[in-house]
Amino acid sequence: MNDLHTASKSDICLVVNGKTLTFRAFPMERLLDVLRTQIGLTGTKEGCGEGECGSCSVLVDGALVNSCLIPVLQASGTRITTIEGLATDNRLHPLQQAFLDFGGAQCGICTPGMILASIHLLSKNPQPTGADIREGLSGNLCRCTGYMQIFEAVADAARRGTP
Amino acid sequence: MNMNNDRIVGKSVPRLEGRDKVTGASRYVDDMELPGMLYGATVRSRIARGKIKSISFLPTVNWDEFVIVTAKDIPGKNCIALIGDDQPCLAEELINHPEEPVLLLAHPDRNLLATAVEAVSIEYDLLPPVFAIEESEKLSEIIWGTDNIFKSYLIEKGDIENAFKSADYIVEAEYTTGAQEQLYIENNGMIATFDPQQGVTVWGSLQCPYYVHKALMELCGWPENRVRVVQMETGGAFGGKEEYPSMLAAHATLLAIKSGKPVKIVYDRMEDMAATTKRHPSRTRHRTAVSKDGKILGGEIEFTIDGGAYKTLSPVVLSRGALHAGGPYYWPSVRIRAKAVATNAPPHGAFRGFGAPQSLFAMERHMDFIAQTLGISPIEVRRRNFLKPGQTTTTEQVVNEQIDLGKLLDRALELADYRAKKEKFTQGNLSADKKKGIGIAAFLHGAGFTGSGERYLNSLAGVETCPDGAVRVLVSSTEFGQGTKTVLCQIAAEALGVRFEDVSIAQPDTQKVPNSGPTVASRTIMVVGKLVHSAALAILQTLRSNGLLSEVYSPDEFRDACRKHVAQHGVFRSLARYQQADDISWDEENYRGAAYAAFAWAVYIAEVTVDLSSYSVTVDDFVCLQEVGRVLHPVLAAGQIIGGVAQGIGFALYEKVVWENGRMKNGQMTNYIMPTSADIPPIRVFFEELGNVHGAFGAKGIGELPMDGPAPAIVNAITNALGISFNSIPLLPEDIFEALSANGLHDVAPAFADSKQ
Repeated sequence: MNDLHTASKSDICLVVNGKTLTFRAFPMERLLDVLRTQIGLTGTKEGCGEGECGSCSVLVDGALVNSCLIPVLQASGTRITTIEGLATDNRLHPLQQAFLDFGGAQCGICTPGMILASIHLLSKNPQPTGADIREGLSGNLCRCTGYMQIFEAVADAARRGTP
Repeated sequence: MNMNNDRIVGKSVPRLEGRDKVTGASRYVDDMELPGMLYGATVRSRIARGKIKSISFLPTVNWDEFVIVTAKDIPGKNCIALIGDDQPCLAEELINHPEEPVLLLAHPDRNLLATAVEAVSIEYDLLPPVFAIEESEKLSEIIWGTDNIFKSYLIEKGDIENAFKSADYIVEAEYTTGAQEQLYIENNGMIATFDPQQGVTVWGSLQCPYYVHKALMELCGWPENRVRVVQMETGGAFGGKEEYPSMLAAHATLLAIKSGKPVKIVYDRMEDMAATTKRHPSRTRHRTAVSKDGKILGGEIEFTIDGGAYKTLSPVVLSRGALHAGGPYYWPSVRIRAKAVATNAPPHGAFRGFGAPQSLFAMERHMDFIAQTLGISPIEVRRRNFLKPGQTTTTEQVVNEQIDLGKLLDRALELADYRAKKEKFTQGNLSADKKKGIGIAAFLHGAGFTGSGERYLNSLAGVETCPDGAVRVLVSSTEFGQGTKTVLCQIAAEALGVRFEDVSIAQPDTQKVPNSGPTVASRTIMVVGKLVHSAALAILQTLRSNGLLSEVYSPDEFRDACRKHVAQHGVFRSLARYQQADDISWDEENYRGAAYAAFAWAVYIAEVTVDLSSYSVTVDDFVCLQEVGRVLHPVLAAGQIIGGVAQGIGFALYEKVVWENGRMKNGQMTNYIMPTSADIPPIRVFFEELGNVHGAFGAKGIGELPMDGPAPAIVNAITNALGISFNSIPLLPEDIFEALSANGLHDVAPAFADSKQ
């Protein structure tokens, strides 16, 4: 962390929520910090800073990634989806709507990561069983809900068929 | 009377702030940046007990760039005001635990802080520390007051000596519970700004704006109008943001005053886990006189909690623990001795349930132990001792709710298919290497502050009219996941006969909302909700007495009347203050009388599998049946129950704080294990609804209740599966391995049963 500023800045190019961004950043800065402070997308949350809780999950080229573990240089050239990139024309993504309807969000701090993990799960497995959902979300910790209402939200979105 | 027949309470309306939460638009404290802001960090002691000899700043850091604050910079009193005012904001000389804040640093670049903190070198004269309840009791070192006791209570009812004389059995055992970290996913954080004219404003992740307000007033020696506290969206709390935010706000404030700049302090996970409060470790001893047909005749209960280094909230945690120690049972006679002792660990504090999960774990394990000792079923021993309407609790509070615990138990047994499963498991376990068990817990949870607590709080809540004809709820009660905002708005909408969309709620800000008390103790919907209801009705009355609204009206007509009233008279702010009902009388000196305005009641049933190759336990099914008064929002209510049960599963099976010289050694999510989605059984939630005169639309408290039952139900199930009594939690695979090795699988000899027959 403290060696961050001893290196010089590099050119970084990211496609974030469909928008191409080029800027300079210290290569070892965490993708999480760059998203939150440099790009201003604060919907991605830090929970533990060590890749255990999944609150900082984003999609990098479709893969679910803990953005607290990725140096920004490593992400350069990729397409990134954050929670801010899901709703279109003010219409919620079906998973966002399902989380709202079924009580999948309580305090909301794990919610962005949890929704992205759910999208990732359904992209790999559009009709998951209950066990698949439990397993698929086990990298994202939630302290409020006890998970059950999150499972219901994901199962409902799967039934409806998410885009 | 409104014409709108669609009731709003009882319906699962959309969570008010839900859209912002699912889109990432919600603003938590770390999402807020102010121009010229500095970042703060805390230099903490690294010894458990001693005196500061000297502090030096190593030359490896350019200290001119840093703002440095010590206890000398505190304008008022060096304490975090709460109950006893004994906890310093910054240590001056004496160190009482290994996370004690000593000095504060701030710098514009947050990346430089960790190195600077390490470059502050503190030398100490060491004093012998005390780390456990037993050590504290020995009094070989006096670390607090004259006897290491923060607080003690004595509850006495009836003649226990006579009960022991006439007992057929005397059943004795000791139960312990460990510390538990709240582990909200958003760490503690605070931003402070200072203006010489206006004073200080703090924005933070917190439960109780007016607790922080009071603490900052004392810290600075300022009047109330020079301190402003604003709650940001809060990412979980569970009691963990009841008291510690006052400390963090104090630190950010001191740095802001000294630097003249905005200062943000956000803990990282390790600092949050190590330095902030956790659930009090506890020890409960039961000695119970029982008749041969399984009736409790009387007993002694000794309930002791480890308060850590300072008094903080320990007296009230102890009180709730002591008041719940007898469970939902009728005790003809009882003596409950409770005490909170000092140790050199960071102060333990509020965590959902507030002492009750500790004493109820003991009670519900003990009921199974009584059943085992007498050779009757755990169901029967509970049924024969359940409190009935008209009987009195341990504090001689008459049960005047029409609760039928026997019926509640029967329904839970049926929902869990208890009898068939128990039979099946007993057969199946004979040869299996995966043993199955089923266990129950019956319990109660008092809603609201204890005894005269609500009278002292003297809460004030409001509803105001807005120029556009909508209304706005004004409370200091905070949202941190429970659904506070949504349900309080439902209550106001229902009371006024308007649409849910016609009601909003103000951001908790001590400059803008009245003090409706802290958001704790399952009091928000029952107590504050009732005040919101009253305040809303006063608006209705005002509109009618001004001739703006008829007896029967539509929501649009209400808005119209409201708009006209604001145009004519300006915004009308209707306030309602708490008034204690006549039937709630409490004798604080003798700890006797009506401890709580209402109780929630529950029976939980856990089904487990113990794998004899890995010694791990899985919970396979979990039935929770409760009576919480009227359910105002079914989805949110179920969410509270399921979330509480998940935390209870962690309390029972996973969450172990490993201590090393008073410090938490495993303060990371990697090695402090909370339940993941893969660890959660189907949690099946059921409600009975009796209604309650003390709460808005018949609601009682709900938030804490589900924390009380899971641990004893699960451990009772494990005991049922293995035939070995386990009396300590967390119960980890290594503990099960050890017990099996020591006892042999089928040894069920009750270790401490003393049969007088």
